[in-house]
Amino acid sequence: MFLLSICLGSVNFSLSEVLQTLLGHGDANAVHRQIILDFRLPQVLTALLSGAALGTAGLLMQTVFRNPLADPFVLGVNSGASLGVAIVLLALGPIGLSLTDGLAGSGQMLLILASSGGAAVTLFIVLLLSRRVDIMSVLIIGLMISYTIGALVSILMFFSMAERLQSFINWSFGDYGNVSWSQMRYFAPAILGGIALSSLFMKPLDALLLGDRYAESVGTRTKQVRFFVLLGASLLAGTVTGFCGPIGFLGIAAPHLSRYLFQTNNHKVLIPASILVGAFLSVSADFVARGPGLDVVLPLNAITALIGAPVIIAALVKQGKMKRLF
Amino acid sequence: MGAQVKLTAKQLSIGYQHSAGETIVASGLDCSLRGGEFVCLLGPNGAGKSTLIRTLAGMQKPLAGELRLSGKAMSDIAPRERARAVSVVLTEAMPSGMMDAYSLVSLGRHPYSGWFGGLTAQDRERIEWSIDAVGAKPLANRQVSELSDGERQKISIARALAQEAKLMLLDEPTAFLDLPRRVELMSILRDLAHRENLALLLSTHDLDLALRFADRLWLMTPGGDLLQGAPEALALNGQFAEVFASENLDWDASSGSFRAHPVACLKVRLEGQGIARVWTQRALERLGFGISEDDGEAAFSLKVHKDAWEVERFGLIQNFEDIESLIEWIRSVDWRI
Repeated sequence: MFLLSICLGSVNFSLSEVLQTLLGHGDANAVHRQIILDFRLPQVLTALLSGAALGTAGLLMQTVFRNPLADPFVLGVNSGASLGVAIVLLALGPIGLSLTDGLAGSGQMLLILASSGGAAVTLFIVLLLSRRVDIMSVLIIGLMISYTIGALVSILMFFSMAERLQSFINWSFGDYGNVSWSQMRYFAPAILGGIALSSLFMKPLDALLLGDRYAESVGTRTKQVRFFVLLGASLLAGTVTGFCGPIGFLGIAAPHLSRYLFQTNNHKVLIPASILVGAFLSVSADFVARGPGLDVVLPLNAITALIGAPVIIAALVKQGKMKRLF
Repeated sequence: MGAQVKLTAKQLSIGYQHSAGETIVASGLDCSLRGGEFVCLLGPNGAGKSTLIRTLAGMQKPLAGELRLSGKAMSDIAPRERARAVSVVLTEAMPSGMMDAYSLVSLGRHPYSGWFGGLTAQDRERIEWSIDAVGAKPLANRQVSELSDGERQKISIARALAQEAKLMLLDEPTAFLDLPRRVELMSILRDLAHRENLALLLSTHDLDLALRFADRLWLMTPGGDLLQGAPEALALNGQFAEVFASENLDWDASSGSFRAHPVACLKVRLEGQGIARVWTQRALERLGFGISEDDGEAAFSLKVHKDAWEVERFGLIQNFEDIESLIEWIRSVDWRI
């Protein structure tokens, strides 16, 4: 899928051409080389990492909240990021801060900063509150903060100009194409670090499946584990949202599909499985969104939902019932 | 035999701390648990059995008093170390879908395994031993969600056993089980306590089984006291009756069971032998009749023959071929006259 996705797009390449270019002995022409190395490769790599990150973050959230509908965005990552972006695009624009017509160059970097910053601030608030209340309340607090921020964004949108609105909507569609090689230097380590941090907690995550009291009875420091796991999940989801916009559905779909495929709740299996499934779904969605052979690029979020939702429904129908998951 | 485990509580106050202050459930509790002892904790609903169990397990801080595990203050013991010494089975259901019984039991090895929870040969041995000890070998590879309540409870106890703790606290493990399953579980647990030298505390509402199986009883009174002693001693000195008797319930010390107050005070003169007589008497008591030896005060007299019941009332004799029709007749008569 990875290679297929590099090969096909608005310009199609042969597999051998791509492989030769990737391996460095390119006799291909310079334009093709540039498309493959500077556009296709980083985009597919971004899709891969984002999918892995969202799949992992989704799994962590579902376990920590013991809720099959939890996804990386329940803590308000999504809305926090969108508020950051909305402020930059919608509010700062009119008072003279000029973005080079939306999405190019330094404007792009500003967007990333805004959405990462927005996500980070929201997460920080939720994590801070999460130490004072029980875990179900955290879920509700996250949702309420999301609604509140969503309301603020709506107000901003109401007072905005049409073309600003268009850039905001474009951002909210999600796009893997915004991560250049220079940004990849931050993006990739953040994702890999988040995944590594989460993997450290496989054992206590298994214990959390039993519920807090049982987990504590086998010596798990539940509060501590939960804090670090939420931190890891936030890092993953926040990074992806920051660089690529809010990517929906992968976070819910990947863990469910993994559980269905491997018929287990054991995190030693589920974490790697969610990484792989998430990466696969993500690269596939990106591939479809770029519409090989077509000249249009479809909204990524629409594609993840179109792929993700039927996958969840199919897995659940075959499974019979949801209750058995938790 | 390993080191003797001993849990001691002195002047323990249990309850909950909240922002507005404290809710004290019980206070001034002195108690101790020793290895090799099967103790049943009894008490009416709301007396604080679960709170006591959680406090003794170190899962909830005592409001006051001293709690020591083998000489060490419970609050000073690190979670992992405590998990090696104390295991629990709680009332809350284990939410463990998509997990086979073996994996669930293996979670009990967490206090021993390394950072990533890999199992050694020794771990596996203990897990298999635990599953075997509760008689759940055939269940090991089944999904937990497919097990019956009784089977799941066994697995839950096996998980606690896998923790290799010398102190095991169980909160109403026999609730929701049918009677044969309850008896089976109680006998498994008692045998484990004796054989493995475990200190085992179990809370239950099953007075009858507790009286039959426990080495010692702890009775929690609604007033927050903890009465302790051998089951027979508590039955004889009347403390048992004191804790549980209520307006509608009498403690019958001769049979060791509770009985609802009779509604009416009519008496029946009953004659006859054998098992048929026993069940006839039960039927009469259930219908609100007392048994009398004296002809004068009896509303009617009843002779139990081998296959027939002969009723004499106002000098009239009626025969019934089975107990069913006798009961029907008794219920059809208006006894208020």
